[in-house]
Amino acid sequence: MTVDPTTLAAILAMAVVTYLTRIAGIFVAGRLALEGRAKAAFEAIPPAVLVAVIAPTALATGWPETLAALVTAVAATRLPLLATVAVGVVAVVALRGIS
Amino acid sequence: MTQDEAAAVGPNETDRARDGLRDILPILIAAAPIGLLFGALCRAKGLSILEAGLMSLLVFAGGAQFAAVELWTYPVPVLTLVFSTLLINARHVLMGASLMPKMRGFSLLQRLGAFYFLTDEAWALAERRAMRRPITPAYWFPLATMLPISWIGSTFLGAWLGSFLGDPQRLGADFAFTALFIGLIAGFWNGRVTGFTIAASGAASALTYGLAGPPWHVAAGAFAGIAAAYLAARPGDETA
Repeated sequence: MTVDPTTLAAILAMAVVTYLTRIAGIFVAGRLALEGRAKAAFEAIPPAVLVAVIAPTALATGWPETLAALVTAVAATRLPLLATVAVGVVAVVALRGIS
Repeated sequence: MTQDEAAAVGPNETDRARDGLRDILPILIAAAPIGLLFGALCRAKGLSILEAGLMSLLVFAGGAQFAAVELWTYPVPVLTLVFSTLLINARHVLMGASLMPKMRGFSLLQRLGAFYFLTDEAWALAERRAMRRPITPAYWFPLATMLPISWIGSTFLGAWLGSFLGDPQRLGADFAFTALFIGLIAGFWNGRVTGFTIAASGAASALTYGLAGPPWHVAAGAFAGIAAAYLAARPGDETA
């Protein structure tokens, strides 16, 4: 049960940034009316970041990971979150086994 | 939703609190295994049990936390982690702004406290509630403060169990991040524009990772995805 100072600093910085995003709405309510392209761009932020984080693993590691990511994507369209994770993990273990 | 809520007489404070707890219960149950997974993945990346729990307590934002642990290396890339957290959580600004006019009887101090607990889940429930009646402190606080209990508790438990797991790659657990993110991305699906976002972000990120290495792939992918959404949007396809 130890806490590294740099790790603590990173966690605190993440916490501050997150809290600021949470309370910012209090102060911009009524003044923030995003429409059209700007709204689409703002709504695209979460999927754009999430894809960017996993793309090296999914696309640039090897064919088992890429194929498993495709299988997972299909599962994600019809299964709840945890079942999707389970399908992905089983797929990657199986595909690595035959690679 | 229920019959007594539909009655003309508004519920009293106790009823509102009970409504909030009833609404959040399925989400508490769904969050627990995700928290277990988060804790275990933290251990696999070298974070201590306490560090994993602290992150769930202080940051309390699942998507950003999973992204942070995926990006986690030693020495800790603090700026990259903060940047990724800011980008993923920027949506809170819109969610908070949307809830503001629907929240009645909150002082500024109560709002500042209430929004610490702002999550996708609490936001979605509150918006649904607001279609029928204003969101009051008696409804919001029991609902919103239950989720951290489940999230933090399951993080600690997962981190403790993760200590016994051993090499994560053996069990395919290293791929759990990727699979989880694919599931989360599916939750943000909003038609054609999301398709362009994913394609642009994935291509730019993988390419940048190969050419420049981490952490630049996150910024490059995020920027490309956002730009693609801006360019692909047409007046007709606003669904949300």
